[in-house]
Amino acid sequence: MLKSKRAEYFAAAVLMAPFVVIYGVLFVYPTIKMVELSFTNAPLIGPGKWVGLDNYWRLATERLFPTAVWNTIYFVLLSALPSTLLALVVALGVNRLKGWAQSVALAAFFLPYILPVSVVYRIWDWMFDANFGIAQYAIAPLDGGQHLSVFRTIPLFMPMVAVVTIWWLLGFNVLLFVSGLRNISTEIYEAAELDGASRWAQFKRITWPLIWPVTVLVLTIQLILQFKIFDQVYLFTQGGYRVDSTMVMVQYIYREAFQLNKGGLAASASVVLFVLIAVMSVLQFQLLRARAQR
Amino acid sequence: MTDTALVSDAPPPAARPLVRLRQLDLFGAVVTLATLAGAVVWAFPLYWGLVTTFKPETEIVQPGVHLWPQNFTFENYAHVLMQTKIGLWYVNSLVTSGAVTVIVVVMAAAAGYAISQLEFPGRRVFWAMILASFMVPIPALIVNHFVLMSQFGWINTLQGVVAPQLIAPVTVIIYKQFFDSVPKDFREAAVMDGANDFQLLFRIYLPMNWGITTALAIITFIGAWNLFLWPFLAVSSEEKLNVAVGITQVHDAFGVQYGRDLAVAMLAALPVAIVYLIFQRRVTQAIMLSAGIKG
Repeated sequence: MLKSKRAEYFAAAVLMAPFVVIYGVLFVYPTIKMVELSFTNAPLIGPGKWVGLDNYWRLATERLFPTAVWNTIYFVLLSALPSTLLALVVALGVNRLKGWAQSVALAAFFLPYILPVSVVYRIWDWMFDANFGIAQYAIAPLDGGQHLSVFRTIPLFMPMVAVVTIWWLLGFNVLLFVSGLRNISTEIYEAAELDGASRWAQFKRITWPLIWPVTVLVLTIQLILQFKIFDQVYLFTQGGYRVDSTMVMVQYIYREAFQLNKGGLAASASVVLFVLIAVMSVLQFQLLRARAQR
Repeated sequence: MTDTALVSDAPPPAARPLVRLRQLDLFGAVVTLATLAGAVVWAFPLYWGLVTTFKPETEIVQPGVHLWPQNFTFENYAHVLMQTKIGLWYVNSLVTSGAVTVIVVVMAAAAGYAISQLEFPGRRVFWAMILASFMVPIPALIVNHFVLMSQFGWINTLQGVVAPQLIAPVTVIIYKQFFDSVPKDFREAAVMDGANDFQLLFRIYLPMNWGITTALAIITFIGAWNLFLWPFLAVSSEEKLNVAVGITQVHDAFGVQYGRDLAVAMLAALPVAIVYLIFQRRVTQAIMLSAGIKG
């Protein structure tokens, strides 16, 4: 018996080793280093002096970081909630379709999701191109006959990036909602039908309560995901002049670390992002668990 | 859900059936049409981008909307294939995404098996850490990943692109859950026959969950192929770029040439689109699993 215990420990050690090494070196160690770096004035590469909470104080008092936090929250609001609700509507429609029509519709909504972000950027940059973009046929009448460079117009920037993001990622949400809807037994609807429940009553009393857990899941996944926005904002501001006014948090980290060589300050911004997302994840976990226990 | 609650806001049963049947069909038809129209709208930007690549540049900048090229051409593709390093970027993407996929799957299957089937000190601690790391935003680690990779001398190398992508707690969690549900009888029978844990993993547990392995491998590959932020930071020379980042660099190379910009983008999207169309069911399954829905 003792021998087999040792064999088990040995097997466990060998099987866990790759994971433990990778996890330790690439995850635990950088996380600890990040916190440490955030209390120094170090450049990106190289040593620095301990400066206590100076970096955090700078983040709070300078203009750019609060702007980046606000822009990030603004983007999350513009993308997460609309994409969740739109996905539910689309899923309800797709779920009614049968056979190949359903497969084709689902594929049409889902295909953008598997594209690289840079491809999504290229497609939409072309759609809205100020000179030859097809969207200008719709924009020009609204803009007094003038073409409009939407991604160079500051008030339109975040909403437009949100639209592109919703187009890109909606398929993921639709997929989760469709599977949620399929899990609702048709017998419930048949019974409701016999009782003469209207469509609206069926939705309100059956579909909505039963799909609510999926809604919470999708919404919280989107909230957490969109907080990490960088790629689209970076790509659509490429070559632009007023990057600061549309800056988001990850972009701020990128700028401080890789363009201005301020490793310490960038690390402190990373810690703030880290904490924000960790808090949201705990809330998500609690919400989902509360539902599971009921 | 009580019957009275449902009936309360419906008209009395006797008068309805005929009228309601017609209303139903009309409503259903409208919803179906709206859904199909929505699908067309959703697919249009992709179609429009694709069809533009088959037009000569002079036709692209002409006013008017032509849903099909007047002069169909592959000139844009020929040009980007000859004049950009996209062939090299393809190789880089294949190598890095392939490496990420193989390492993540092997590592996660091994760890998932150990945590699911073996008793060893620290098992609970590891499991708690894996669950907790769900909530860690990888983009917050870019600064220290860069510092670490430069200490390794791995900046601007393919292994430097691969390494930070190997943190995959979700894959371990999914494997653990699936290994948990393998019936104990199989294990006991194999142990009686003198099988050790490595044989158990590779002869029983992995083959029994082959579908999951395929699904996880595909989704890991697509994720690695599409990743933008980290390869964008870790690589500075054109020779080491992956496709997803590389295609944003051509713009500068030949100014604004809509057809070519889009052609190179379509080439970048092609492999993932093909993988998705072939393995649709597996991709769907993997997405459900990683969202926490067992499918």
